Amino acid sequence: MTQGDVLVRAKSLEVHFPLPAPGPFRSSPGAVRAVDGVDLEIFRGETLGLVGESGCGKSTLGNALLRLVEPTGGAVEFDGTDVTGMPARELRALRRRTAMVFQDPFASLDPRFTVGESIGEPLVIHGLHRGRERRRARVSELMEIVGLNPDLRNRYPHEFSGGQRQRVGIARALAGEPDFIVCDEPIASLDVSVQAQVVNLLVRLQRELGLTYLFVSHDLAAVRQVADRVAVMYLGRVVEIGDGVAVGDEPQHPYTEALVSAVPVPVPERERVRERIVLQGDIPSPTNPPSGCRFRTRCPRVFEPCPDHDPVLQPVGSRQEAACHLHGVTG
Amino acid sequence: MSIEESAETPPVTRQHRPRWLETLTLLARNPLAIAAVVVLAGLVFAALLAESIVPRDDIFTPDIANRLQAPSGEHWFGTDELGRDVFARVLAGAEVSLRVGAVAVGISLTAGVVVGLLAGYFGRWVDDTLMRVMDVLFAFPALLMAIAVLAILGAGSTNAMIAIGIVYTPIFARITRASVLSVREEVYVRAARSAGAGNVRIIVRHVLPNVTAPIIVQTSISLAFAILSEAALSFVGLGTQPPDPSWGRMLSEGRGFIEQAWWMAVFPGAAIFVTVLAFNVLGDALRDVLDPRQRSAMKGVGA
Repeated sequence: MTQGDVLVRAKSLEVHFPLPAPGPFRSSPGAVRAVDGVDLEIFRGETLGLVGESGCGKSTLGNALLRLVEPTGGAVEFDGTDVTGMPARELRALRRRTAMVFQDPFASLDPRFTVGESIGEPLVIHGLHRGRERRRARVSELMEIVGLNPDLRNRYPHEFSGGQRQRVGIARALAGEPDFIVCDEPIASLDVSVQAQVVNLLVRLQRELGLTYLFVSHDLAAVRQVADRVAVMYLGRVVEIGDGVAVGDEPQHPYTEALVSAVPVPVPERERVRERIVLQGDIPSPTNPPSGCRFRTRCPRVFEPCPDHDPVLQPVGSRQEAACHLHGVTG
Repeated sequence: MSIEESAETPPVTRQHRPRWLETLTLLARNPLAIAAVVVLAGLVFAALLAESIVPRDDIFTPDIANRLQAPSGEHWFGTDELGRDVFARVLAGAEVSLRVGAVAVGISLTAGVVVGLLAGYFGRWVDDTLMRVMDVLFAFPALLMAIAVLAILGAGSTNAMIAIGIVYTPIFARITRASVLSVREEVYVRAARSAGAGNVRIIVRHVLPNVTAPIIVQTSISLAFAILSEAALSFVGLGTQPPDPSWGRMLSEGRGFIEQAWWMAVFPGAAIFVTVLAFNVLGDALRDVLDPRQRSAMKGVGA
């Protein structure tokens, strides 16, 4: 992996969803800060895993990078171009180079489209492989690439199993020969036996086609399997980022420690002595995050500077960065 | 249908059949629906061929000598106050009533669906503006509104179609908008956008096909209402003008002779009744077949 060739960059990216005003003459009570100041670089050809619990903003971040959700602050650069202020027409053209694989492959396929039509839709939109016969050939090729029988192209999504549908979703994502694919919990709604197949497919496609992935998941074990680097999100912020092995084996942020401790170890002797860090309480409201460090309300290692200083990411060791005062007070 | 299950293809549960064919098959299992379709087909047939089935003279030319004859072998539905054959006029009236129904519903369907799609999809000020206009139209009692429109446009069956079309537009707009509001949040709409689809493509190819079910049902119900409205407008003299036959007009004229010649009002009334009933039965059957839950249940029974 060549570090330094940045394909996607987020700069202090913010996505705030304003809450509706309680009455016609009252002001909005605030906003849900789903993504609240994220700096992120995704290098060409790598898989960046993005983990965090439900509601931490990881899916919103993935959507915002593709501008499927409008950022309310900061900027997103794709291959050196700022896409945040890009007019709709240019943005649509750029969408050929990006794609998304969705969590629920049934919901993400239009029930009125045959799978062949769904896979071929990006070709129609971007005017690729023009002509019925050439488009058909390309759809067949895509179906073969993801391990589907091209003869099934005239069937409807409801006739497929979950794993097959996800293959359709992946084939559709590949149609425009994208550089960057956001995989938004691509295996979360699949049977365990099918999850491995889909992960292996994604890994193989990356190797063969030189794709760059953002792999969003709440499953740290799955992320460690596919990701070169891992970013951990908590309440709209990235709290730790770095080499996948390093983050998994030597977590430097207490939140990552808790996440890692929750992953079962497939070795009985080690599983028996595994220390489980159970976080107390719920994730605080993203409308009104805690002062200072956002994790302090649930952190088992909270100390004096935490309520007053908002920690920033700082290098810890050579392979990762963490936003925690334990490594020197910042912010 | 000839798809071989190969080793790398896990079995696919159901045979592939186009959705519309499945819908028709399920519809054909409902005897009431079949009856309704037969009745409506007969009416359309009568409307198109009325003038070749019955002599034009029977419809239009007065025959004072034979006026107010009771139903008989010669005049099945009797004759009216000018001696015209009521059966011939009911057949010819089918053409007017069905045409007014089809054109009026065509107008409100087109306008309402376009307004509903735009309002529901774009939301915000587009929604507010369009739907407030619809609310204003909807606030008037339907017939008063139609009469007001006809007062501006002038009486006549063409203007009656336009008036009825305008009056029923808000219903289609509301129904369409409500469905669009849920469909636009579907993941497949976001998936289309992520693939680079523009608003026009998303609305036409993804949203519209997925909101058709309630619109189809509303169409069949509205056809019935439109025929009734035309009858009502003709009844007060604003719709079809004499000597053209229309069921509503015949009903209103027959009212004056109800004691001497009950057949003048009863047969056109019965024609309206049967037509409206057929449209409603068909609408109900369509609604059942297009509801996914009902659909699975029906399939379970039949398979």
